[in-house]
Amino acid sequence: MKTWVYIDHFKGEVQVASWEALGLGKSLGAVTAIVLGSGVDAVAKAAFEYGADEVIVVDDASLADYRAEPFASTFSALASSSTPDLILLPTTARTRELSAMCAVDLNSGVLTDVSALSVDGDKVTVTRPIYEGKVLEKTVCNAKPQFVTLRGRAFPKPAQEAGRTGAVTKAEAKADVKSSVEGYSATEAAVNIGDAAVIVSGGRGVSNNPSLGDEKAAAEKGFALLGELAGLLGGAVGASRAAVDGGFITYAHQVGQTGKVVAPDLYIACGISGAIQHLVGMRNAKLIVAINKDAEAPIFKQARFGVVGDLFAVVPALTVALRKRLGK
Amino acid sequence: MKIIACIKQVPDSEAKVKAENGQVTWGDAPLVINPFDEYAVEGALQQKEANGGTVTALCIGPETAREALKHALAMGADEAILVSDPALNDIDSVGAARVLAAAINKIGGADMVMFGRQTLDNGAGVTPPQTARVLGWPMLGWVGQIKVDAGSVQVERVLEEGRQTVKANLPAVLSIVQSIGEPRYPSFMGIRKASKAAIPVWSVAELGVSVPAAVVTRVEISNPPTAETVCEIIAGETPEAIAETLADKILAEKVL
Repeated sequence: MKTWVYIDHFKGEVQVASWEALGLGKSLGAVTAIVLGSGVDAVAKAAFEYGADEVIVVDDASLADYRAEPFASTFSALASSSTPDLILLPTTARTRELSAMCAVDLNSGVLTDVSALSVDGDKVTVTRPIYEGKVLEKTVCNAKPQFVTLRGRAFPKPAQEAGRTGAVTKAEAKADVKSSVEGYSATEAAVNIGDAAVIVSGGRGVSNNPSLGDEKAAAEKGFALLGELAGLLGGAVGASRAAVDGGFITYAHQVGQTGKVVAPDLYIACGISGAIQHLVGMRNAKLIVAINKDAEAPIFKQARFGVVGDLFAVVPALTVALRKRLGK
Repeated sequence: MKIIACIKQVPDSEAKVKAENGQVTWGDAPLVINPFDEYAVEGALQQKEANGGTVTALCIGPETAREALKHALAMGADEAILVSDPALNDIDSVGAARVLAAAINKIGGADMVMFGRQTLDNGAGVTPPQTARVLGWPMLGWVGQIKVDAGSVQVERVLEEGRQTVKANLPAVLSIVQSIGEPRYPSFMGIRKASKAAIPVWSVAELGVSVPAAVVTRVEISNPPTAETVCEIIAGETPEAIAETLADKILAEKVL
Protein backbone atom coordinates (compact mmCIF):
# COMPACT_ATOMS: atom_id res chain seq x y z
CA MET A 1 0.00 0.00 0.00
CA LYS A 2 1.31 3.40 -0.95
CA THR A 3 0.90 5.62 2.09
CA TRP A 4 1.40 9.35 2.36
CA VAL A 5 1.39 11.42 5.52
CA TYR A 6 0.71 15.12 5.42
CA ILE A 7 2.82 17.03 7.94
CA ASP A 8 0.63 19.87 9.21
CA HIS A 9 2.48 22.84 10.62
CA PHE A 10 1.91 26.50 11.41
CA LYS A 11 4.82 28.62 10.20
CA GLY A 12 7.19 25.69 10.74
CA GLU A 13 5.71 24.64 14.10
CA VAL A 14 4.56 21.04 13.53
CA GLN A 15 1.30 19.72 15.01
CA VAL A 16 2.35 16.79 17.18
CA ALA A 17 -0.45 14.67 15.72
CA SER A 18 1.45 14.83 12.40
CA TRP A 19 4.10 12.59 14.00
CA GLU A 20 1.39 10.29 15.35
CA ALA A 21 0.13 9.99 11.74
CA LEU A 22 3.66 9.23 10.59
CA GLY A 23 3.95 6.51 13.24
CA LEU A 24 0.70 4.92 12.08
CA GLY A 25 1.75 5.16 8.42
CA LYS A 26 5.04 3.51 9.25
CA SER A 27 3.25 0.58 10.87
CA LEU A 28 1.59 -0.07 7.50
CA GLY A 29 4.83 -0.05 5.48
CA ALA A 30 7.01 2.49 3.71
CA VAL A 31 5.75 6.00 4.11
CA THR A 32 6.19 9.26 2.23
CA ALA A 33 5.79 12.52 4.14
CA ILE A 34 4.44 15.59 2.36
CA VAL A 35 5.58 19.03 3.51
CA LEU A 36 4.15 22.22 2.01
CA GLY A 37 5.21 25.72 3.02
CA SER A 38 7.95 28.28 2.70
CA GLY A 39 11.33 27.72 4.36
CA VAL A 40 10.36 24.27 5.61
CA ASP A 41 13.71 22.43 5.54
CA ALA A 42 13.58 21.90 9.30
CA VAL A 43 10.11 20.33 9.01
CA ALA A 44 11.34 17.92 6.32
CA LYS A 45 14.37 17.05 8.45
CA ALA A 46 12.15 16.30 11.45
CA ALA A 47 9.88 14.14 9.26
CA PHE A 48 12.81 11.82 8.53
CA GLU A 49 13.67 11.70 12.22
CA TYR A 50 10.10 10.63 13.02
CA GLY A 51 10.21 7.82 10.47
CA ALA A 52 9.51 9.09 6.95
CA ASP A 53 11.26 7.04 4.24
CA GLU A 54 10.90 9.78 1.68
CA VAL A 55 9.82 13.41 1.94
CA ILE A 56 8.18 15.38 -0.85
CA VAL A 57 8.71 19.08 -0.22
CA VAL A 58 6.98 21.96 -1.94
CA ASP A 59 8.84 25.03 -0.73
CA ASP A 60 7.37 28.15 -2.26
CA ALA A 61 6.79 31.74 -1.17
CA SER A 62 3.11 31.42 -2.19
CA LEU A 63 2.71 28.79 0.55
CA ALA A 64 4.16 30.95 3.34
CA ASP A 65 0.77 31.46 4.92
CA TYR A 66 -1.64 28.56 4.92
CA ARG A 67 -4.55 29.25 2.61
CA ALA A 68 -6.97 26.57 1.57
CA GLU A 69 -6.86 26.98 -2.19
CA PRO A 70 -3.14 27.01 -3.08
CA PHE A 71 -2.47 24.21 -0.56
CA ALA A 72 -5.34 22.09 -1.91
CA SER A 73 -4.43 22.62 -5.56
CA THR A 74 -0.77 21.87 -4.91
CA PHE A 75 -1.58 18.75 -2.91
CA SER A 76 -4.18 17.50 -5.41
CA ALA A 77 -1.68 17.88 -8.25
CA LEU A 78 0.91 15.84 -6.31
CA ALA A 79 -1.58 13.12 -5.43
CA SER A 80 -3.02 12.83 -8.92
CA SER A 81 0.42 12.29 -10.44
CA SER A 82 1.73 9.87 -7.79
CA THR A 83 -1.54 8.04 -6.94
CA PRO A 84 -1.12 7.09 -3.27
CA ASP A 85 -3.67 4.64 -1.86
CA LEU A 86 -3.94 6.22 1.56
CA ILE A 87 -3.26 9.74 2.79
CA LEU A 88 -3.06 10.21 6.56
CA LEU A 89 -3.33 13.66 8.13
CA PRO A 90 -3.62 14.89 11.71
CA THR A 91 -7.04 16.46 12.41
CA THR A 92 -6.79 20.25 12.54
CA ALA A 93 -8.89 23.12 11.18
CA ARG A 94 -6.45 23.29 8.27
CA THR A 95 -6.40 19.59 7.39
CA ARG A 96 -10.17 19.21 7.53
CA GLU A 97 -10.33 21.91 4.88
CA LEU A 98 -7.39 20.65 2.86
CA SER A 99 -8.47 17.00 2.73
CA ALA A 100 -12.09 18.02 2.06
CA MET A 101 -11.13 20.08 -0.98
CA CYS A 102 -8.66 17.52 -2.34
CA ALA A 103 -11.38 14.85 -2.04
CA VAL A 104 -13.51 17.00 -4.38
CA ASP A 105 -10.60 17.51 -6.80
CA LEU A 106 -9.76 13.81 -6.90
CA ASN A 107 -13.33 12.43 -6.85
CA SER A 108 -12.65 10.64 -3.61
CA GLY A 109 -13.75 11.05 -0.01
CA VAL A 110 -12.46 11.95 3.42
CA LEU A 111 -12.85 10.23 6.80
CA THR A 112 -12.24 12.75 9.57
CA ASP A 113 -11.38 12.60 13.25
CA VAL A 114 -10.58 8.90 13.13
CA SER A 115 -9.85 7.12 16.40
CA ALA A 116 -9.00 3.62 15.08
CA LEU A 117 -8.04 2.11 11.75
CA SER A 118 -7.73 -1.38 10.29
CA VAL A 119 -6.28 -2.42 6.96
CA ASP A 120 -7.29 -5.12 4.51
CA GLY A 121 -4.98 -5.12 1.49
CA ASP A 122 -4.85 -1.51 0.38
CA LYS A 123 -8.28 -0.67 1.76
CA VAL A 124 -8.80 0.83 5.19
CA THR A 125 -11.77 0.73 7.53
CA VAL A 126 -11.85 3.45 10.13
CA THR A 127 -13.71 4.03 13.36
CA ARG A 128 -14.87 7.55 14.04
CA PRO A 129 -17.13 9.05 16.66
CA ILE A 130 -20.38 10.62 15.41
CA TYR A 131 -23.21 12.40 17.22
CA GLU A 132 -20.66 13.97 19.57
CA GLY A 133 -19.20 10.60 20.44
CA LYS A 134 -22.54 9.07 21.42
CA VAL A 135 -22.20 6.56 18.58
CA LEU A 136 -19.19 5.04 16.79
CA GLU A 137 -19.27 4.35 13.09
CA LYS A 138 -17.05 2.21 10.93
CA THR A 139 -16.71 3.72 7.50
CA VAL A 140 -14.80 3.14 4.31
CA CYS A 141 -13.82 5.34 1.41
CA ASN A 142 -14.50 3.44 -1.82
CA ALA A 143 -12.19 5.50 -4.01
CA LYS A 144 -8.52 6.47 -4.00
CA PRO A 145 -6.74 8.18 -2.49
CA GLN A 146 -8.46 7.46 0.81
CA PHE A 147 -8.09 10.63 2.91
CA VAL A 148 -8.05 9.89 6.64
CA THR A 149 -7.56 12.56 9.31
CA LEU A 150 -6.54 11.14 12.69
CA ARG A 151 -7.81 12.31 16.04
CA GLY A 152 -5.00 13.76 18.15
CA ARG A 153 -3.60 11.43 20.81
CA ALA A 154 -5.51 8.41 19.43
CA PHE A 155 -2.32 6.88 17.99
CA PRO A 156 1.12 6.68 19.66
CA LYS A 157 3.77 9.23 18.83
CA PRO A 158 6.88 7.51 17.43
CA ALA A 159 10.28 8.14 18.98
CA GLN A 160 12.47 10.72 17.29
CA GLU A 161 15.65 9.27 15.85
CA ALA A 162 18.13 12.14 15.68
CA GLY A 163 20.19 12.32 12.49
CA ARG A 164 18.01 9.88 10.52
CA THR A 165 17.75 11.15 6.91
CA GLY A 166 16.51 10.12 3.48
CA ALA A 167 15.76 11.31 -0.01
CA VAL A 168 13.98 14.63 -0.48
CA THR A 169 11.93 15.12 -3.63
CA LYS A 170 11.16 18.72 -4.56
CA ALA A 171 7.87 19.53 -6.26
CA GLU A 172 6.26 22.66 -7.66
CA ALA A 173 3.53 24.72 -6.07
CA LYS A 174 0.35 25.23 -8.05
CA ALA A 175 -0.92 28.80 -8.13
CA ASP A 176 -4.52 29.02 -6.93
CA VAL A 177 -4.67 32.16 -4.86
CA LYS A 178 -8.15 33.29 -3.90
CA SER A 179 -7.45 35.13 -0.65
CA SER A 180 -4.74 37.11 1.07
CA VAL A 181 -3.60 36.93 4.68
CA GLU A 182 -3.52 40.44 6.11
CA GLY A 183 -2.08 39.52 9.48
CA TYR A 184 -2.42 37.88 12.85
CA SER A 185 -3.58 39.42 16.06
CA ALA A 186 -0.75 39.29 18.55
CA THR A 187 -3.06 39.63 21.52
CA GLU A 188 -3.78 35.93 21.75
CA ALA A 189 -1.12 33.40 22.53
CA ALA A 190 -1.06 30.19 20.53
CA VAL A 191 -3.05 27.53 22.31
CA ASN A 192 -3.50 23.97 21.24
CA ILE A 193 -5.41 22.14 23.90
CA GLY A 194 -5.91 19.21 21.49
CA ASP A 195 -2.30 18.08 21.95
CA ALA A 196 -2.13 18.52 25.73
CA ALA A 197 -1.67 15.45 27.95
CA VAL A 198 -3.02 17.40 30.94
CA ILE A 199 -5.75 20.04 30.87
CA VAL A 200 -6.71 22.16 33.84
CA SER A 201 -10.01 23.74 32.92
CA GLY A 202 -12.02 26.55 34.44
CA GLY A 203 -15.68 27.49 34.28
CA ARG A 204 -18.06 30.07 35.63
CA GLY A 205 -16.86 29.28 39.17
CA VAL A 206 -13.45 30.77 38.40
CA SER A 207 -15.05 34.23 38.34
CA ASN A 208 -16.88 33.66 41.59
CA ASN A 209 -14.80 35.03 44.45
CA PRO A 210 -16.14 38.35 45.76
CA SER A 211 -13.12 38.78 48.06
CA LEU A 212 -10.98 39.40 44.95
CA GLY A 213 -13.22 42.17 43.55
CA ASP A 214 -15.48 41.92 40.53
CA GLU A 215 -15.92 38.84 38.33
CA LYS A 216 -13.21 39.89 35.93
CA ALA A 217 -10.62 40.35 38.67
CA ALA A 218 -11.58 37.04 40.28
CA ALA A 219 -11.37 35.21 36.95
CA GLU A 220 -7.97 36.68 36.22
CA LYS A 221 -6.66 35.39 39.54
CA GLY A 222 -8.54 32.10 39.16
CA PHE A 223 -7.16 31.32 35.71
CA ALA A 224 -3.68 32.29 36.95
CA LEU A 225 -4.03 29.58 39.63
CA LEU A 226 -5.15 27.04 37.02
CA GLY A 227 -2.24 28.13 34.84
CA GLU A 228 0.23 27.42 37.63
CA LEU A 229 -1.11 23.90 38.09
CA ALA A 230 -1.20 23.29 34.33
CA GLY A 231 2.35 24.65 34.04
CA LEU A 232 3.61 22.32 36.76
CA LEU A 233 2.10 19.33 34.95
CA GLY A 234 3.27 20.43 31.50
CA GLY A 235 -0.33 20.86 30.45
CA ALA A 236 -2.65 23.50 29.04
CA VAL A 237 -5.47 25.62 30.41
CA GLY A 238 -8.96 24.84 29.16
CA ALA A 239 -12.27 26.55 29.76
CA SER A 240 -15.99 26.01 29.62
CA ARG A 241 -18.14 28.05 27.31
CA ALA A 242 -19.46 30.06 30.28
CA ALA A 243 -15.93 31.31 31.02
CA VAL A 244 -15.32 32.18 27.36
CA ASP A 245 -18.68 33.94 26.99
CA GLY A 246 -17.90 35.83 30.20
CA GLY A 247 -14.83 37.24 28.47
CA PHE A 248 -12.49 35.68 31.03
CA ILE A 249 -10.44 33.67 28.54
CA THR A 250 -10.20 33.31 24.76
CA TYR A 251 -12.17 30.95 22.53
CA ALA A 252 -9.07 28.91 21.66
CA HIS A 253 -9.21 27.48 25.20
CA GLN A 254 -12.82 26.35 24.96
CA VAL A 255 -13.57 22.67 25.52
CA GLY A 256 -16.92 21.28 24.44
CA GLN A 257 -19.46 21.14 21.70
CA THR A 258 -18.76 24.50 20.08
CA GLY A 259 -15.14 24.49 21.22
CA LYS A 260 -12.70 21.64 21.02
CA VAL A 261 -13.09 17.92 21.75
CA VAL A 262 -10.13 16.78 23.83
CA ALA A 263 -8.92 13.48 25.29
CA PRO A 264 -6.03 14.21 27.66
CA ASP A 265 -4.65 11.74 30.19
CA LEU A 266 -5.78 14.02 33.02
CA TYR A 267 -8.58 16.60 32.97
CA ILE A 268 -9.10 18.74 36.06
CA ALA A 269 -12.42 20.60 35.89
CA CYS A 270 -12.51 23.59 38.24
CA GLY A 271 -15.72 25.49 38.85
CA ILE A 272 -17.35 23.79 35.86
CA SER A 273 -20.90 22.60 36.47
CA GLY A 274 -20.80 20.07 33.62
CA ALA A 275 -23.47 20.93 31.05
CA ILE A 276 -23.82 18.24 28.37
CA GLN A 277 -22.25 20.64 25.85
CA HIS A 278 -19.09 20.64 27.95
CA LEU A 279 -19.13 16.93 28.78
CA VAL A 280 -19.14 15.88 25.11
CA GLY A 281 -15.85 17.71 24.74
CA MET A 282 -13.91 16.01 27.56
CA ARG A 283 -15.56 12.78 28.65
CA ASN A 284 -12.92 10.71 26.84
CA ALA A 285 -10.18 11.97 29.13
CA LYS A 286 -8.47 9.05 30.91
CA LEU A 287 -8.84 10.54 34.37
CA ILE A 288 -11.29 13.29 35.27
CA VAL A 289 -11.06 15.25 38.50
CA ALA A 290 -13.75 17.76 39.43
CA ILE A 291 -13.49 20.60 41.91
CA ASN A 292 -16.74 22.44 42.51
CA LYS A 293 -18.54 24.17 45.36
CA ASP A 294 -21.86 22.62 44.37
CA ALA A 295 -22.08 18.96 45.41
CA GLU A 296 -25.00 18.51 43.01
CA ALA A 297 -23.06 19.69 39.94
CA PRO A 298 -23.43 17.16 37.09
CA ILE A 299 -19.66 17.22 36.50
CA PHE A 300 -19.27 14.88 39.49
CA LYS A 301 -21.17 12.19 37.56
CA GLN A 302 -18.35 12.15 35.00
CA ALA A 303 -15.45 12.47 37.41
CA ARG A 304 -13.39 9.71 39.02
CA PHE A 305 -12.35 11.97 41.89
CA GLY A 306 -14.28 14.95 43.19
CA VAL A 307 -13.71 17.71 45.68
CA VAL A 308 -16.67 19.67 46.96
CA GLY A 309 -14.92 22.88 47.81
CA ASP A 310 -13.55 26.23 46.78
CA LEU A 311 -11.19 26.04 43.82
CA PHE A 312 -9.40 29.18 45.03
CA ALA A 313 -8.23 27.17 48.07
CA VAL A 314 -8.02 23.64 46.64
CA VAL A 315 -6.20 24.36 43.35
CA PRO A 316 -3.16 26.15 44.87
CA ALA A 317 -2.98 23.49 47.59
CA LEU A 318 -3.04 20.77 44.92
CA THR A 319 -0.26 22.56 43.05
CA VAL A 320 1.86 22.53 46.22
CA ALA A 321 1.05 18.88 46.99
CA LEU A 322 1.85 17.70 43.45
CA ARG A 323 5.01 19.81 43.19
CA LYS A 324 6.29 18.16 46.36
CA ARG A 325 5.59 14.65 45.02
CA LEU A 326 6.94 15.31 41.53
CA GLY A 327 10.09 16.79 43.00
CA LYS A 328 9.81 19.94 40.93
CA MET B 1 -26.01 41.77 -0.79
CA LYS B 2 -27.38 38.28 -1.34
CA ILE B 3 -26.58 35.85 1.42
CA ILE B 4 -27.40 32.15 1.67
CA ALA B 5 -27.21 30.40 5.04
CA CYS B 6 -26.87 26.61 4.70
CA ILE B 7 -28.38 24.75 7.62
CA LYS B 8 -29.11 21.20 8.68
CA GLN B 9 -31.54 19.59 11.08
CA VAL B 10 -30.10 17.34 13.80
CA PRO B 11 -31.21 15.70 17.05
CA ASP B 12 -30.86 17.99 20.02
CA SER B 13 -27.68 17.83 22.11
CA GLU B 14 -29.60 16.41 25.04
CA ALA B 15 -30.93 13.53 22.92
CA LYS B 16 -29.97 10.02 23.97
CA VAL B 17 -28.56 9.01 20.60
CA LYS B 18 -27.64 5.34 20.25
CA ALA B 19 -26.98 2.57 17.77
CA GLU B 20 -29.88 0.12 17.59
CA ASN B 21 -30.35 -2.66 14.99
CA GLY B 22 -27.82 -1.05 12.71
CA GLN B 23 -29.57 2.31 12.83
CA VAL B 24 -28.88 5.52 14.72
CA THR B 25 -31.88 6.29 16.90
CA TRP B 26 -32.78 9.07 19.32
CA GLY B 27 -36.27 8.08 20.48
CA ASP B 28 -38.67 10.99 20.57
CA ALA B 29 -35.97 13.60 21.22
CA PRO B 30 -36.70 16.81 19.31
CA LEU B 31 -34.95 17.66 16.06
CA VAL B 32 -33.50 21.15 15.98
CA ILE B 33 -31.49 23.43 13.74
CA ASN B 34 -27.83 22.35 14.03
CA PRO B 35 -26.53 24.62 16.85
CA PHE B 36 -23.44 25.56 14.81
CA ASP B 37 -25.69 26.70 11.97
CA GLU B 38 -27.44 29.23 14.20
CA TYR B 39 -24.17 31.18 14.10
CA ALA B 40 -24.30 31.06 10.30
CA VAL B 41 -27.83 32.48 10.31
CA GLU B 42 -26.78 35.10 12.89
CA GLY B 43 -23.76 36.08 10.78
CA ALA B 44 -25.93 36.32 7.67
CA LEU B 45 -28.49 38.52 9.43
CA GLN B 46 -25.74 40.80 10.78
CA GLN B 47 -24.39 41.29 7.26
CA LYS B 48 -27.86 41.96 5.89
CA GLU B 49 -28.32 44.62 8.57
CA ALA B 50 -24.94 46.18 7.78
CA ASN B 51 -25.14 46.10 3.99
CA GLY B 52 -28.78 45.59 3.06
CA GLY B 53 -29.95 42.64 0.99
CA THR B 54 -31.60 39.31 1.62
CA VAL B 55 -30.92 36.14 3.56
CA THR B 56 -32.03 32.79 2.16
CA ALA B 57 -31.89 29.70 4.35
CA LEU B 58 -31.09 26.52 2.44
CA CYS B 59 -31.35 22.98 3.75
CA ILE B 60 -31.02 19.42 2.44
CA GLY B 61 -33.19 17.07 4.43
CA PRO B 62 -36.47 15.23 4.80
CA GLU B 63 -39.86 17.01 5.06
CA THR B 64 -39.38 17.37 8.84
CA ALA B 65 -36.40 19.67 8.16
CA ARG B 66 -38.93 22.42 7.38
CA GLU B 67 -38.93 23.08 11.12
CA ALA B 68 -35.22 23.96 11.08
CA LEU B 69 -35.83 26.32 8.15
CA LYS B 70 -38.73 27.88 10.06
CA HIS B 71 -36.34 28.57 12.92
CA ALA B 72 -34.07 30.46 10.50
CA LEU B 73 -37.09 32.36 9.15
CA ALA B 74 -38.21 33.21 12.68
CA MET B 75 -34.72 34.55 13.43
CA GLY B 76 -35.15 36.88 10.46
CA ALA B 77 -34.23 35.10 7.22
CA ASP B 78 -36.25 36.36 4.26
CA GLU B 79 -36.89 33.06 2.56
CA ALA B 80 -36.19 29.37 2.91
CA ILE B 81 -35.69 26.52 0.46
CA LEU B 82 -35.73 22.81 1.22
CA VAL B 83 -33.96 20.35 -1.04
CA SER B 84 -35.66 17.03 -0.36
CA ASP B 85 -35.47 13.83 -2.31
CA PRO B 86 -35.38 10.18 -1.19
CA ALA B 87 -32.47 9.76 -3.61
CA LEU B 88 -30.39 11.93 -1.27
CA ASN B 89 -30.74 9.66 1.76
CA ASP B 90 -27.33 8.06 1.38
CA ILE B 91 -25.20 10.85 -0.09
CA ASP B 92 -21.78 11.57 1.39
CA SER B 93 -20.30 15.01 2.05
CA VAL B 94 -18.96 15.50 -1.47
CA GLY B 95 -22.41 14.59 -2.78
CA ALA B 96 -24.04 17.06 -0.39
CA ALA B 97 -21.61 19.75 -1.55
CA ARG B 98 -22.48 19.10 -5.21
CA VAL B 99 -26.22 19.26 -4.48
CA LEU B 100 -25.84 22.43 -2.38
CA ALA B 101 -23.76 24.07 -5.11
CA ALA B 102 -26.46 23.22 -7.66
CA ALA B 103 -29.13 24.70 -5.38
CA ILE B 104 -27.04 27.84 -4.84
CA ASN B 105 -26.73 28.22 -8.60
CA LYS B 106 -30.47 27.68 -9.06
CA ILE B 107 -31.15 30.40 -6.48
CA GLY B 108 -29.11 32.63 -8.78
CA GLY B 109 -25.82 32.58 -6.87
CA ALA B 110 -24.98 34.76 -3.87
CA ASP B 111 -22.38 37.18 -2.58
CA MET B 112 -21.75 35.07 0.50
CA VAL B 113 -22.72 31.52 1.46
CA MET B 114 -22.46 30.87 5.19
CA PHE B 115 -22.26 27.55 7.02
CA GLY B 116 -21.79 26.54 10.64
CA ARG B 117 -18.37 25.10 11.41
CA GLN B 118 -19.66 21.52 11.46
CA THR B 119 -22.80 19.56 12.24
CA LEU B 120 -23.62 17.81 15.49
CA ASP B 121 -24.40 14.52 13.76
CA ASN B 122 -21.55 13.71 11.40
CA GLY B 123 -19.26 16.36 12.79
CA ALA B 124 -16.75 16.22 9.95
CA GLY B 125 -16.93 19.92 9.05
CA VAL B 126 -16.01 19.18 5.44
CA THR B 127 -19.15 20.20 3.58
CA PRO B 128 -18.42 23.98 3.71
CA PRO B 129 -14.94 23.72 2.07
CA GLN B 130 -16.24 21.11 -0.38
CA THR B 131 -19.09 23.38 -1.44
CA ALA B 132 -16.60 26.23 -1.91
CA ARG B 133 -14.45 23.92 -4.01
CA VAL B 134 -17.35 22.81 -6.21
CA LEU B 135 -18.40 26.44 -6.71
CA GLY B 136 -14.79 27.53 -7.25
CA TRP B 137 -15.17 30.28 -4.64
CA PRO B 138 -12.69 31.19 -1.88
CA MET B 139 -13.20 29.37 1.42
CA LEU B 140 -12.96 31.37 4.60
CA GLY B 141 -13.32 28.97 7.51
CA TRP B 142 -13.83 29.51 11.26
CA VAL B 143 -14.87 33.14 10.88
CA GLY B 144 -15.66 35.27 13.94
CA GLN B 145 -15.91 38.71 12.35
CA ILE B 146 -16.94 39.92 8.89
CA LYS B 147 -16.52 43.25 7.09
CA VAL B 148 -17.72 43.71 3.53
CA ASP B 149 -16.18 46.42 1.40
CA ALA B 150 -17.02 46.99 -2.29
CA GLY B 151 -16.89 43.49 -3.73
CA SER B 152 -14.50 42.06 -1.20
CA VAL B 153 -14.74 40.71 2.31
CA GLN B 154 -12.31 40.91 5.19
CA VAL B 155 -12.76 38.37 7.94
CA GLU B 156 -11.17 37.46 11.21
CA ARG B 157 -10.60 33.71 11.46
CA VAL B 158 -10.53 32.27 14.97
CA LEU B 159 -7.76 29.68 14.86
CA GLU B 160 -5.73 27.72 17.38
CA GLU B 161 -2.75 29.91 16.61
CA GLY B 162 -4.59 33.19 17.13
CA ARG B 163 -6.81 35.42 15.08
CA GLN B 164 -5.95 35.65 11.41
CA THR B 165 -7.22 38.46 9.20
CA VAL B 166 -7.93 37.33 5.63
CA LYS B 167 -9.27 39.16 2.63
CA ALA B 168 -10.99 37.68 -0.42
CA ASN B 169 -13.10 38.78 -3.33
CA LEU B 170 -16.80 37.99 -3.33
CA PRO B 171 -18.52 35.66 -3.84
CA ALA B 172 -17.10 33.55 -1.05
CA VAL B 173 -18.05 30.67 1.24
CA LEU B 174 -17.67 31.27 4.98
CA SER B 175 -17.99 28.98 7.98
CA ILE B 176 -18.96 30.88 11.11
CA VAL B 177 -17.96 30.25 14.74
CA GLN B 178 -19.41 31.46 18.00
CA SER B 179 -17.26 34.62 18.20
CA ILE B 180 -19.72 36.13 15.69
CA GLY B 181 -22.10 36.66 18.63
CA GLU B 182 -24.96 34.91 20.35
CA PRO B 183 -27.62 33.84 17.82
CA ARG B 184 -30.72 35.98 18.25
CA TYR B 185 -33.89 34.41 19.62
CA PRO B 186 -36.80 34.22 17.20
CA SER B 187 -39.15 37.13 17.87
CA PHE B 188 -42.89 36.65 18.32
CA MET B 189 -43.48 38.37 14.98
CA GLY B 190 -40.77 36.24 13.42
CA ILE B 191 -42.38 33.03 14.63
CA ARG B 192 -45.75 34.14 13.23
CA LYS B 193 -44.20 35.03 9.90
CA ALA B 194 -42.31 31.73 9.77
CA SER B 195 -45.41 29.68 10.51
CA LYS B 196 -47.15 31.17 7.47
CA ALA B 197 -44.17 31.12 5.13
CA ALA B 198 -44.33 28.95 2.03
CA ILE B 199 -41.17 26.87 1.80
CA PRO B 200 -40.54 25.57 -1.71
CA VAL B 201 -39.25 22.00 -1.96
CA TRP B 202 -36.79 21.19 -4.72
CA SER B 203 -36.09 17.67 -5.93
CA VAL B 204 -32.80 16.56 -7.44
CA ALA B 205 -34.41 16.60 -10.91
CA GLU B 206 -35.33 20.26 -10.43
CA LEU B 207 -31.71 21.06 -9.64
CA GLY B 208 -30.60 19.51 -12.90
CA VAL B 209 -27.95 17.31 -11.30
CA SER B 210 -27.66 13.57 -11.10
CA VAL B 211 -27.42 12.12 -7.60
CA PRO B 212 -23.73 11.68 -6.84
CA ALA B 213 -22.88 8.11 -5.81
CA ALA B 214 -21.53 8.00 -2.26
CA VAL B 215 -17.81 7.27 -2.10
CA VAL B 216 -17.79 7.23 1.70
CA THR B 217 -20.08 4.55 3.11
CA ARG B 218 -20.84 3.29 6.60
CA VAL B 219 -20.29 -0.40 7.25
CA GLU B 220 -21.24 -0.64 10.90
CA ILE B 221 -22.37 1.40 13.87
CA SER B 222 -21.97 0.63 17.52
CA ASN B 223 -22.33 2.15 20.94
CA PRO B 224 -19.14 3.20 22.68
CA PRO B 225 -18.19 1.09 25.69
CA THR B 226 -19.86 2.59 28.73
CA ALA B 227 -17.56 3.02 31.66
CA GLU B 228 -19.73 3.53 34.70
CA THR B 229 -17.81 6.14 36.64
CA VAL B 230 -18.34 6.26 40.33
CA CYS B 231 -17.04 9.48 41.73
CA GLU B 232 -14.99 9.22 44.88
CA ILE B 233 -15.41 12.42 46.84
CA ILE B 234 -12.20 13.43 48.56
CA ALA B 235 -12.95 15.05 51.89
CA GLY B 236 -10.68 16.54 54.53
CA GLU B 237 -10.38 19.04 57.35
CA THR B 238 -8.58 21.67 55.28
CA PRO B 239 -8.00 22.38 51.57
CA GLU B 240 -4.37 21.32 52.16
CA ALA B 241 -5.41 17.97 53.62
CA ILE B 242 -7.78 17.39 50.70
CA ALA B 243 -5.05 18.34 48.24
CA GLU B 244 -2.58 15.89 49.82
CA THR B 245 -5.03 12.99 49.48
CA LEU B 246 -6.06 14.02 45.97
CA ALA B 247 -2.43 14.32 44.84
CA ASP B 248 -1.77 10.74 46.02
CA LYS B 249 -4.90 9.46 44.28
CA ILE B 250 -3.96 11.18 41.00
CA LEU B 251 -0.41 9.82 41.08
CA ALA B 252 -1.70 6.31 41.85
CA GLU B 253 -3.65 6.42 38.55
CA LYS B 254 -0.33 6.80 36.69
CA VAL B 255 -1.56 9.41 34.27
CA LEU B 256 1.24 11.88 34.98
